[in-house]
Amino acid sequence: MKRFAQLIQQLELSNKTNDKIAALVNYFNQADDKDKVWVIALFTGKKPRRPIKSALLKYWAIEITQTPEWLFSESYSNVGDLSETIALLLPPAEQSSDHQLHKWIEDLHQLEGKDDDTKKNFILNVWNTLENQERFIFNKLISGNFRIGVSNKMLVNALAKQSSLDSAQIMHSIMGKWDPYEITFTELINGIHVNTDNSWPYPFCLAYALENEPSSLGSLQEWQAEWKWDGIRGQIVKRNGELFIWSRGEELVTEQFPELHFLIDILPDGVVLDGEILAVQDKNVLSFSTLQQRLNRKTINKKQLEDAPIGFFVYDILEYEAQDFREQPLSERRKVLEQLIGSLDDSAVVLSPVIKCNTWEELADLRQTSRSINSEGIMLKKLSSHYHSGRKRGDWWKWKINPYTVDAVMIYAQKGSGRRANFFTDYTFAVRDGENLVTIAKAYSGLTDKEIKEVNSFVTKNAIEKFGPVRTVKPELVFEIAFEGIAESKRHKAGLALRFPRILRWRKDKKADEINTLEDLRQLLASTFING
Amino acid sequence: MALITFTKRGIYCKQGDFYVDPWWPVDYAVTTHGHSDHVRFGNKYYLCHTLTKPIIKRRISEDLNVETLAYGESIVRNGVNISFFPAGHIIGSSQVRLEYKGEICVISGDYKIEDDGISDVFEPVKCHSFVSESTFGLPVYKWQKQDVVFNGIKNWVGDNINQQKTSVLIAYSLGKAQRLIKNLAGDVPIYVHNSIANLNEVIICAGVNLPETIRITPETTKEQLQKGIVIVPPAMRDSRWIKNLSHPVTGICSGWMQVRAHRRWQSADAGFALSDHADWPGLMEAITATGAEKVYVTHGFTAAFSRFLNDNGIEASEVTTKFGQEDDEENKVDLADTQDANVDIKNQKAE
Repeated sequence: MKRFAQLIQQLELSNKTNDKIAALVNYFNQADDKDKVWVIALFTGKKPRRPIKSALLKYWAIEITQTPEWLFSESYSNVGDLSETIALLLPPAEQSSDHQLHKWIEDLHQLEGKDDDTKKNFILNVWNTLENQERFIFNKLISGNFRIGVSNKMLVNALAKQSSLDSAQIMHSIMGKWDPYEITFTELINGIHVNTDNSWPYPFCLAYALENEPSSLGSLQEWQAEWKWDGIRGQIVKRNGELFIWSRGEELVTEQFPELHFLIDILPDGVVLDGEILAVQDKNVLSFSTLQQRLNRKTINKKQLEDAPIGFFVYDILEYEAQDFREQPLSERRKVLEQLIGSLDDSAVVLSPVIKCNTWEELADLRQTSRSINSEGIMLKKLSSHYHSGRKRGDWWKWKINPYTVDAVMIYAQKGSGRRANFFTDYTFAVRDGENLVTIAKAYSGLTDKEIKEVNSFVTKNAIEKFGPVRTVKPELVFEIAFEGIAESKRHKAGLALRFPRILRWRKDKKADEINTLEDLRQLLASTFING
Repeated sequence: MALITFTKRGIYCKQGDFYVDPWWPVDYAVTTHGHSDHVRFGNKYYLCHTLTKPIIKRRISEDLNVETLAYGESIVRNGVNISFFPAGHIIGSSQVRLEYKGEICVISGDYKIEDDGISDVFEPVKCHSFVSESTFGLPVYKWQKQDVVFNGIKNWVGDNINQQKTSVLIAYSLGKAQRLIKNLAGDVPIYVHNSIANLNEVIICAGVNLPETIRITPETTKEQLQKGIVIVPPAMRDSRWIKNLSHPVTGICSGWMQVRAHRRWQSADAGFALSDHADWPGLMEAITATGAEKVYVTHGFTAAFSRFLNDNGIEASEVTTKFGQEDDEENKVDLADTQDANVDIKNQKAE
């Protein structure tokens, strides 16, 4: 555990990707093989079995430190992390231990099915054995996630560097279903489990936002232009008679979308498709708010199926005839895809159309019409490009339409969590409705650290009322809020809700009486509603 | 009648007609220490510890009218006996003890319990009422012994030197900088920014024994700095000057660094939990030792800390002051540093 604690510390001690990769490589060179498997598991969001509820951890910590519950909560809201709050509150350990990471995880596993007293004794004993940083990690094993700024890509790069294996292969092999209690480090990074499991998705190829004029990309003839759809990126895998649907978040979502299950009979074995899960009716894409009714539900009723029918707009083919097809140029992949899907003529599974255009100007004009078909702009993909793992500059670009914007005034502020636990970073914004201000959005991203500090000091000085962690502030600071869509909402006082609101910029040049009105937003809602 | 009241100008003693650490100009300002949120420009007279006098003259103006007291000495003003006791916060920092007709009140200013090796050690003073800060008034803030922290810093510096990196520590020019110098001095030379070097001169001149440091000048080379410890004030933090050093890595020494969220927020390369404020056990120890019947809790986690005291049978109330800033006391930009830095950065090229 000490070595793992050291790794965590090193990863936190630097902001530089190279330093972090070096720390990881170093760790993978030195650590125990079983520990390494667990580190990969933890960093990619796999959790060990957790025989103890985090509420119990908190309760025991409160009990042995004799901290009043309200004071624990105050501390937690300052620290922003339960595992860390407990680690910091406990008295210094009286013993020490050289247990390795996997040993602790196995010990925890052994606790399954034991009574609470046994669990409590074990935990108190461990707490009395570990230093602060180790304690924090131990608590995390039971109750949290290891979000410490190591992306999958960074982890894979470190593993590739340490093992001299291909990074795409490692990405593929660590990305899905394997059991950290069973697999060895060598098996894992060599991906022996990859072919034995029919469900394996490929890493998605991602695009960068286009910053320059599109003409800077050279001739339009070298590019394939498609609509950029605003849904859930997904991969459909059909192998050996089984069908799997993966979301971009590396989550299996097959059960959520029964409308797509018929593909099991249509698609040949050894096919993997990349596309967008959308609300679709008669080959037309519906708004994202319609799709939202179908997301993250455990069960789906008939009404939901009728109100928000799901479809899949297909972008690409990654595997064909059981062969990895990603090294083929896009033009070739598209041909195969058209043969496979083009003949389908289904109302829900649709080949995402290619936009035919002769000049960049023509394309730019078409892009302005994106919203009328519920698209959020245009994708540009080089016809000669391979299907890359992850984000690679140059071959794929997203050319999004500009977001909607509204000028609103800040009326509430709340402290953030995690890194921002001690600053007012979560703001609520309002527009004018006659004499009143009415809340329209909450947003927390979009300001620089320096601006946040400035807003923070404004909030501290201009707080009118306290409601727990929330401060009502003088309506004075005006911000330009960008958003992607607008929908009717009964839950919100304004009667409408903005989709993906974020702070575009702080309008220091504007006063609170110059902000937008609720009527402005109602008009926008009316004009978009037609496009449903 | 209470010995002190909290007014918009600051803490006021009506019987003696003077203020303690006022934030608006008054006739007579009793001053706990030299940090800019406790001593301001524009008072007719200042009363402070002998070591604080040259510091505030240097930082505010040579023309100030300053009277001084050593620790344990007292003067009487309109019948109120005023005396100073060490607060352990920084050099010269004092608790102010007021006594009038048998009633005793102590205003602690900022304080810490642990001996930092450079300030006179905090001395508990029996009193009826006590004004306490609460910068770190939550039980998650418990400091390690400073030896442990300084060993951590020394190891970090050693690793940096081996890896051809330049160690840059960010520290207030008054207080934290001298504590670092005193405790890090050894084989590795310490290079300091002008604003720190200037204050060091004043402090040494006042008779404090401070180890030798090297003032950074335009002639100082990057190679020299890489093999040393560089200490600069917070205003220099994101400066081009630091970026231009040879593989610079920055370290922040502050009590806030106890918590990961703050370490990440500060976006420094390293955070060391080293504070000149009392931690939770320190605050409790200090307050208990005063035997005070009434505690006024100022800057910091005032609400939580006073509630805890009340629940534990010590009458306490929150007081709003302009000391520190909510949650941010150690991170505030000291005006004196900013002014100095603006003048100095131009002249300080690494080569």
